[in-house]
Amino acid sequence: MSSAEGRKSFWRLACVSASAVVAITACGSSNTPTGSTQAPPPTANMKPPTSVGAGEGQLNLVLWDGYADKSWADPFTAATGCKLNLHPAGSSDEMVSLMKDGGGGQWDMVSASGDADLRLIYGGDVKPMNTDLIPDFKNFQAYFQSPPYNTIGGVHYGISLQWGPNTLLYSTKKFPTPPTSWSVIYDKANQGLVTVPDNPIQIADAALYLSKTQPSLGITDPYELTQKQFDATVALLKQQQPLIKHYWALATDEISLFQNGDVTVGAAWPYQTIQLQQNGGPFADTIPQEGATGWADTWMMATKAPHPNCAYKWVQWVSTAQVQAEQAISFGETPVNSKACAQMDALDAGSCHQYHADETGAAYFNTIKFWKTPLSTCDNGSQNCVPYDQWVSAWTTIKG
Amino acid sequence: MSVKAARRPPSKGGGAAPFQALFWRLPWLRAVLLLVPPLGWFVFVYLAALGLLLITAFWTIDPFTTQVVESWNLDNFRIILTDPTYWTIIGRTVLIAGLVTLTDAVLAFPFAYFMARVASRRVQTILFAAVLLPLWASYLARVYAWILILNHDGVLNWSLQKVGLPAANIGYTNVAMWLVFSYIWLPFMVIPVYTALERLPESLLEAAADLGARRWRTVRDVVLPLVLPGVVAGSIFTFSLTLGDYITPILIGGASSNFIGNVVYANIGIANNVPFAAALTMVPVAVMTVYLTVAQRLGAFEAL
Amino acid sequence: MEGPWTRLGLWAWSALILMFLFVPILLIFFYAFNSSNIESWPIPGLTLKWFTATWNDDTVRTALGLSLQVGLVATAIALALGSCAAFAIHRTSFFGREAVSLLFILPLALPGIITGIALNAFFSFSGVSLSIWTIVIGHTTFCIVVVYNNVLARLRRTQGSLVEAAMDLGANGFQTFRDITLPLISTSVVAGCMLAFALSFDEVIVTTFTAGAQSTLPIWIFGQIRHGVLLPEVNVVVSFVILVTIIPVVVAARLTGGGAARVPAAR
Repeated sequence: MSSAEGRKSFWRLACVSASAVVAITACGSSNTPTGSTQAPPPTANMKPPTSVGAGEGQLNLVLWDGYADKSWADPFTAATGCKLNLHPAGSSDEMVSLMKDGGGGQWDMVSASGDADLRLIYGGDVKPMNTDLIPDFKNFQAYFQSPPYNTIGGVHYGISLQWGPNTLLYSTKKFPTPPTSWSVIYDKANQGLVTVPDNPIQIADAALYLSKTQPSLGITDPYELTQKQFDATVALLKQQQPLIKHYWALATDEISLFQNGDVTVGAAWPYQTIQLQQNGGPFADTIPQEGATGWADTWMMATKAPHPNCAYKWVQWVSTAQVQAEQAISFGETPVNSKACAQMDALDAGSCHQYHADETGAAYFNTIKFWKTPLSTCDNGSQNCVPYDQWVSAWTTIKG
Repeated sequence: MSVKAARRPPSKGGGAAPFQALFWRLPWLRAVLLLVPPLGWFVFVYLAALGLLLITAFWTIDPFTTQVVESWNLDNFRIILTDPTYWTIIGRTVLIAGLVTLTDAVLAFPFAYFMARVASRRVQTILFAAVLLPLWASYLARVYAWILILNHDGVLNWSLQKVGLPAANIGYTNVAMWLVFSYIWLPFMVIPVYTALERLPESLLEAAADLGARRWRTVRDVVLPLVLPGVVAGSIFTFSLTLGDYITPILIGGASSNFIGNVVYANIGIANNVPFAAALTMVPVAVMTVYLTVAQRLGAFEAL
Repeated sequence: MEGPWTRLGLWAWSALILMFLFVPILLIFFYAFNSSNIESWPIPGLTLKWFTATWNDDTVRTALGLSLQVGLVATAIALALGSCAAFAIHRTSFFGREAVSLLFILPLALPGIITGIALNAFFSFSGVSLSIWTIVIGHTTFCIVVVYNNVLARLRRTQGSLVEAAMDLGANGFQTFRDITLPLISTSVVAGCMLAFALSFDEVIVTTFTAGAQSTLPIWIFGQIRHGVLLPEVNVVVSFVILVTIIPVVVAARLTGGGAARVPAAR
């Protein structure tokens, strides 16, 4: 692409994105039902393939740590010949950044969470997918077939994957009974023994805590904060900063911190707990009474994916009940395939209930505040919520 | 010069003879031809890229899609200059870079002196190889090994406890970063200092001794000034490499351990705010430009 | 010149520095046998399984191969361009020479992240998609500096009178270059190339920004450190690289550190 064309597309994309932002902010939050009056995403008219051809021999994935474990990745490569080239990302922002310009012709798929999906879709970086090509799609729970974060105007921009909470990980030696409140990570008694993710979205976790402990602030949605609520949350996090030993950027960071006794409590994904427990360490996790934030992930296909056939084969593979069960148990998350429950119990008795893959799932789902991109438009339509770029700069000042 | 110009090169040159003659008459032509390829690379690739970065610093991004919007403004620079957080970060980075440079200079000098002037020829070769070898062990693997040494249940605390001393909790602190950076860049300081010491003529030292100077005086007044360019050359690397690093702070830094590099990396790789990251990189560029000008005056470029 | 106590002190200091340099590397060797994939002290157990795992791991071979390719190509281009630059700067003084020699230092003197993001912005602006060639371009830029430095340093130390004598004896420019200059600078060229290759082989910051989906060895290592499950494989690979490079490094040390070009008297 010559530079003149490149700049024209820059402008085109910028204009479409700008009008999309205006449309979105005018119409409200990401939970708007399909059939709204928002401007369609740039790739809405790209027709997905009607069949999956032969594999191209390679598949380049941007994904969360642990999302392509050898136990289900190796059989995939053996069956399809698609060799996996993995690039783990530490945050949704990193994923959005890597996928810019439609994946740059480098990346095929991204396991995007709710706070990245809309930015990718409206940025034109991902394109529609054909759900008919995924045999297990009909077994997905109804909500996850067309959730608002990856389905816009009836067009599917990805296939739902799994979902789960951000948990409180702790050392059972230091805390013989599980902590009941997130206050332990804000408690001066734990100075130098706490860790939280190095991710601006962590501000939402603090806001969630304040919504229960300081109801006078009136926080209802931790991703939609007025300036006053935002400032109070940032103040809390600045108070927390001296308690932090190390802000973990990688899952292995946190595993190492706990394993080597540097921290005794912190915010984590279930993956870290499972890894530490498999190593025999005295660790456990819990969801305190204030609730938890969480993520619902989707496999999205890059607009310029170089290996689309392998990509579809991969999504077919990870949507099967067996692999959904394996991944759920490995990472500690909940599958979207309703048939995975039986498989989970076959692999690890009781895991189906433990990870809410059974009928308790619906109620559990409603307790989690899933990641979404903070926009300047609040749910009630007013324009004074703090947008995400300010979360990013605030995070730099919090960490110091 | 005219004698050479009158003399014809013998016919052994064959077809190259006319070129040879041309180069003799116009010596600058050879220099230009030699210089065009590398200079072309530098100007059309490297300087162009740096120039583009500088221009990008004056733009902004659309906050939702993070696409670059080419509207000229000084917002990025204003934020950096007015927000005290960035001054703290810049100050911390420069301070630690300076400390690392000093530490490495102190560590390297006696070692390089030993290598250059005391060790036998064979020991010299072995030591030089020993200094180069760590450069082949991945930087990441070496930093990761230090995490193992410095963390709470790590090698250091274990050893201290074995001899009855209290645990030193330096894992994930700025002290840890200073230590690790000094370790990683030490070979880059040793090599230029060693080269400079090696080139020191024995006759100068003998002359100083003949004039009555004692050992320490000789070192202070003869050796150090002549070796200074080598030290400054080494310091260019240790200072600049620490100034721009972000990986070690990510792996081994504590809560207040953000470096300029981390904020740049976070803005590029995560927030995709290229203009802001570009504006922030102008700070290390400015710092290094000053440093390099001083270094050039001190003769460091001849000692690299 | 140095007294016995000073010599003893210097011996002791050097021994300490060597220990400082090599203890982490010994840990890397040791933890290649770690039975757990989490690094903690003391080591939980010893096993040889990671050696076979690494041997069978395709991603390691691909990464190693890519690093070698990039290193060789970047060093080759740097050899040509760096030597040209060194000759040009050494032979002639022209207006702007100071500025040009400052320019040639920049890629190593400016932090790698600046080079990285500058090149990344440059490539995306000009529509060049990231590939092995963009990695090579990034590496070549600083490799040129290394070769240039080494060759220039040696050129400065060679006596110009040798070249003039050859000319007086009737050799033309090419013969002088081949028979006089080249042997004099050959060891510095080799040393420059080896150092350039070493820097390219272990380079991670510039590569992060100029690589697309390709993994050089350091990128692979960083990915493994994040992923954590195969961490001991990293130690196996790094140990292997160290052992393989011992001989070339000793050879390089002999070529450059041996004092072959010692100046006989103060100039």
